[in-house]
Amino acid sequence: MSASIGIAALTGLLAIPAVGALILAAIPGYRMSATINAVVCAFTLSCAGLLYSHRPEPSLYLLVDDVNTVFLIVGALVGFTTSVFSAGYIAHELQTKRLRIRDVRFYHAMYQLLMLAMNLALVSNNIGLMWVAIEVATLTTVVMVGMYRTSAALEAAWKYFILGSVGIALALFGTILVYLAAQERLGQGVVAMAWDRLVASSGTFDPALLNLSFVFLLLGYGTKVGLAPVHAWLPDAHAEGPTPISAVLSGLLLNVALFALLRFKLIMAGNAAVISPGPLMVAMGLTSLVFAGLMIYRRRDIKRMFAYSSIEHMGIITLAFGLGGPLANFAGLLHMAMHSLTKSAIFFGVGYISQLEGTQRIADIRGLTRSQPLLGWLLVAGVVAIAGLPPFGIFTSEFLLVTSTFARSPWLAIALVTGLAIAFSGLMLRLHELAFGDSGKRHALPAYRLAPMALHLGLVAIAGLYLPQTITTWFRHVASQLG
Amino acid sequence: MTPLETDIAHLLAGSMVLVSFLLLYQDRMFALINIFALQAWVLAFSVAWQAYLQHAPHLFITALIALAFKGVFIPVALHRIVVRLGIHRSIESVVSIGPTMLFGMALVALSIVVMLPVTEAAGAFVREDLAFALSIVLLGLLMMVTRRNAVGQVIGFMSLENGLVLAATGARGMPLVVEISVAFSVLIAFIVIGMFLFRIRERFDSVDVRALDMSRGESA
Repeated sequence: MSASIGIAALTGLLAIPAVGALILAAIPGYRMSATINAVVCAFTLSCAGLLYSHRPEPSLYLLVDDVNTVFLIVGALVGFTTSVFSAGYIAHELQTKRLRIRDVRFYHAMYQLLMLAMNLALVSNNIGLMWVAIEVATLTTVVMVGMYRTSAALEAAWKYFILGSVGIALALFGTILVYLAAQERLGQGVVAMAWDRLVASSGTFDPALLNLSFVFLLLGYGTKVGLAPVHAWLPDAHAEGPTPISAVLSGLLLNVALFALLRFKLIMAGNAAVISPGPLMVAMGLTSLVFAGLMIYRRRDIKRMFAYSSIEHMGIITLAFGLGGPLANFAGLLHMAMHSLTKSAIFFGVGYISQLEGTQRIADIRGLTRSQPLLGWLLVAGVVAIAGLPPFGIFTSEFLLVTSTFARSPWLAIALVTGLAIAFSGLMLRLHELAFGDSGKRHALPAYRLAPMALHLGLVAIAGLYLPQTITTWFRHVASQLG
Repeated sequence: MTPLETDIAHLLAGSMVLVSFLLLYQDRMFALINIFALQAWVLAFSVAWQAYLQHAPHLFITALIALAFKGVFIPVALHRIVVRLGIHRSIESVVSIGPTMLFGMALVALSIVVMLPVTEAAGAFVREDLAFALSIVLLGLLMMVTRRNAVGQVIGFMSLENGLVLAATGARGMPLVVEISVAFSVLIAFIVIGMFLFRIRERFDSVDVRALDMSRGESA
């Protein structure tokens, strides 16, 4: 019984967005399609929720395990709230004629296609299928980033396309090498691409081939995660595309790419003779953290600033998973979930801010707590949360990570804390300018529009104050599986 | 597998590397497109030969896709775009031909040095095939870096994908899913690119990527 519900949920997870994309491509009206978009996302979310308790049997192509359910549920939740936010945001873009009705139809279809591709990437058991799904996710976001067709948006999309394709090409080469290593032991065909088989028998693979493949995979999928030094596409793509897409990029797509990296890390971990992937991931994570922290200071564009903050946090998460061990993995997972919720909430706020103020330039935005108190204070809460202050969940995860790092390698912990401090002060400096003072403007924004943002931040605050036992047990269990 | 059969496979894969070098120094748009078509043809023959050697009929489909899509359809479409945009005269490179070629040779040497020891267990045939494939991938990357022109970068990317297809077919018994998807992703990529090219044309009257750099969002 449980398994058949699981199969139904898994089918729904993939079929609902697919059907949704088709329907949305066919419907011309805006109101209707925005509603359908949100409803489809809600159904997908419920399917993802069902998978928590009901697991279908793994096949050679699809697999639902403890690790990917975390990513699936967080992803589907952010996908749903973003679709709600997107309805109001896109309506405004239509009014101000920045988008045409034809673009919006296309946008909604692409949104569902993106959800489909990300769900598929998460549940695929076949490393080739996972690659295809991530490639499709990349292409859909490229198109959406370029949607405004301003010169800046086109540049961002082009840069994203070129760097994303190169990354994805390197990842494919790495995937082929993993297959080569596997087919000597597992035999030719689909079996040698099934991730669960690969993990089970990776101890017998040729270590030299695995080493080489991981270099390609780290650089390839690392590009998609936005790790320095291969992050260059990320700030542009976040800044120039529609804000719902910035939220989805930061809250979802980066996680999916990181998930792919984790899958391969586990394959590597099964073989004693290969180089340990941990130190490589720690190095890239730390570089991203410090580099992005420094870059936050000089940003003039509000979305670009928060994009660098995403690089910073992906660096922290990669560092945590690279470090490994139950505690660091737990911190990494919690941080991943908290960052997704917080960063997408911030982008919801930033989307409204840029619409109300008519600009994304930080210098032109002042006194938000006066001009639109609810939005302003929510933004303050969001930035306080993302900077890692209590009582929010990111504080918990960063604290856990720092303490576990101190116990194992104090020097690394010092570097980590320095990086965190740099980013923290950069964000606080800008927050002060944005939120306080008085610009003399007063904006009207219906309070219900801010519901998705308030929901996310509420969840993050609750997680920071009191993490429910079920979630702790769940995450601890998943962390133990991540090696 | 007789030595002759292996030699033919190597000859075809080696020719692809050679064509990659040809691509590096083309300074005319039409010549560039034609050479790309040539590489796609060689790829198609190479894949077909692999299909015959490995007794893997599904690889013939991959060969056919390479031939029809990359060898005919895309070059024709690119010709049209170039004519319509009026950019056939010349293409600019960031680095001049000499250093580019030297760098390309260094990349080939690198891929041989990296791949041969690593794949020792994989058998002589796969080894060299992979070294060639990695060379083509790296040369494609080099081309993308050295070209200012959007069409040039796109061709660089597709030549890189050729290398990937070569690697995928060299790996014995790699499931069909991947090959078709590679070809399919190129199709999608091409649609995306086509759209971009037209939009870029609308905005700048140029497909020179430098025109894009001028509009950086970060300018105060």
